[in-house]
Amino acid sequence: MTDKDMLFDYLLRLGDNSLILGQRLAEWTGHTPMLEEDLALTNVGLDLIGQARMLLTYAGEVEGKGRDEDRLAFHRDTAEWRNLLLLEQPNGDFAKTMARQFFFDHFQYLQFEALSTSSDERLAGIAAKSLKEIAYHRRHSTDWILRLGDGTAESHEKMQTAIDELWGFVPEMFEMDATDEALLDAGIGIDVARLRPAWDAAVNAILAEATLARPEDSWSVRGSREGKHSEHLGYLLAEMQFLQRAYPDAKW
Amino acid sequence: MDARTDDLDRLEAEFQAKVDAEQRIEPKDWMPDRYRQTLIRQMSQHAHSEVVGMLPEGNWLTRAPSLKRKAILMAKIQDEGGHGLYLYSATETLGISRDEMFDQLHTGKAKYSTIFNYPTLTWADVGAIGWLVDGAAITNQIALCRCSYGPYARAMIRICKEESFHQRQGYEIMMTMAQGTKEQKEMAQDALNRWWWPTLMMFGPNDSNSANSAQSMKWKIKRQSNDELRQKFIDATVPQAEYLGLKIPDDELKWNEERGAYDFGEIDWDEFKAVVSGNGLCNRERLKARIDAHDGGKWVRDAALAYAAKKAARKAEAA
Repeated sequence: MTDKDMLFDYLLRLGDNSLILGQRLAEWTGHTPMLEEDLALTNVGLDLIGQARMLLTYAGEVEGKGRDEDRLAFHRDTAEWRNLLLLEQPNGDFAKTMARQFFFDHFQYLQFEALSTSSDERLAGIAAKSLKEIAYHRRHSTDWILRLGDGTAESHEKMQTAIDELWGFVPEMFEMDATDEALLDAGIGIDVARLRPAWDAAVNAILAEATLARPEDSWSVRGSREGKHSEHLGYLLAEMQFLQRAYPDAKW
Repeated sequence: MDARTDDLDRLEAEFQAKVDAEQRIEPKDWMPDRYRQTLIRQMSQHAHSEVVGMLPEGNWLTRAPSLKRKAILMAKIQDEGGHGLYLYSATETLGISRDEMFDQLHTGKAKYSTIFNYPTLTWADVGAIGWLVDGAAITNQIALCRCSYGPYARAMIRICKEESFHQRQGYEIMMTMAQGTKEQKEMAQDALNRWWWPTLMMFGPNDSNSANSAQSMKWKIKRQSNDELRQKFIDATVPQAEYLGLKIPDDELKWNEERGAYDFGEIDWDEFKAVVSGNGLCNRERLKARIDAHDGGKWVRDAALAYAAKKAARKAEAA
């Protein structure tokens, strides 16, 4: 891969994370446990879609083949997506949605904080702009982990189950591959593996305060950076991409 | 006449004098019980309509055709949830809780706008809802900005500002589709065909058949009649449809020079009654979606309350 290909791939990873999670949150609209949460989750979703638009637009420009944000969002099949496996997992109940969000918000905050000093000024700018939003997302999901973990017996059980069910998706966030290493060397990318201790410290403290048990590291899955996804992504894309695929000549 | 009736008559006369003098009625002011009940009915119905109204558009949120459209629609639906929140709060000033209002919605005692019982079948429906349904809502709500009840009037002023942005985005979707491919034009025309008459029904029965209107006008809850508002909407919307190159599905629609307004065909009130009474395609689904969200989310709300109580207890213990 050339440097340009690697940067393109790197930006896709970041943009796809934001888009797929934003799409999942959009599914909740009108169906959350309380009206205040409808507002909060759409707020988070909107921020994520905003990040995706900036990152995918930039990715398309780097690639230089005339693909804009929509071409990238609506005309790639599963194998070309680079989002973390965690983020394409179905919403499940509110506890599961919050567990997914909590794991990712804490990760993305650290990731974007580090990226905000990238030597790539445009990427650094996007990261810095998004960081304020992510700080809010992180506070929002952390509050729910505490409320549900230390709320009622029922909510505690549901929250623990959700944490357990998603725990094996956590290691993938901190993986480094050849592209990550090359971009790290170039001063553009960051070392996500080095973010793990800070993530662990924050998450452990919150889980403890929420009276939740940190699961054993008994299983883990990976593969998204090579386009290997779970079965869920195909359905998400079928729904999201329907209009653009059914009417390829139309402008909307 | 005993002293109490006398007293009540005096209070009511003072109340009406205040309304006639265009002074706002505020939550702590005395008001006739029927005024309070009318407002609770109307405002809670309005709040429920905002919240149920999130569903037909939400139906296309995950399938929006571009990221920009997705973001705009998400922001619009979020605004509607926000409108629901202020309207529930404004209604609470009349002495009813949000839980009681939800209960009335879920048991069918309170209504929401019948328009949301129609399905959104194509992306053009999202455009048509913004253009027509929000357009009709604005026509009604501008009149409500001068409603005699202060909290409702103030909520409407705020809501109207956001609604006009919603209407523009809907019209812009229609414009893009009306200028688009053959299939897009067909979708746009089909959406107009399906949404036109139900939108006209949003203004309510003809004045001659409107049971609550006269009293509401006297109380200045309502400032213009159903038929006046409907006419105003039609006169504003027909040129917009012409500009899009779309045909309004009414063969009797034509400009009346003498009246300075459009004449239009008879509304099929039997259809309106059928949909109100439960025979719309989505009546059951919309209500079920609200009930499921509420009942299915009870454990979450319970957890939030339990956690807040524990936190407060710990704080008290520490102090």
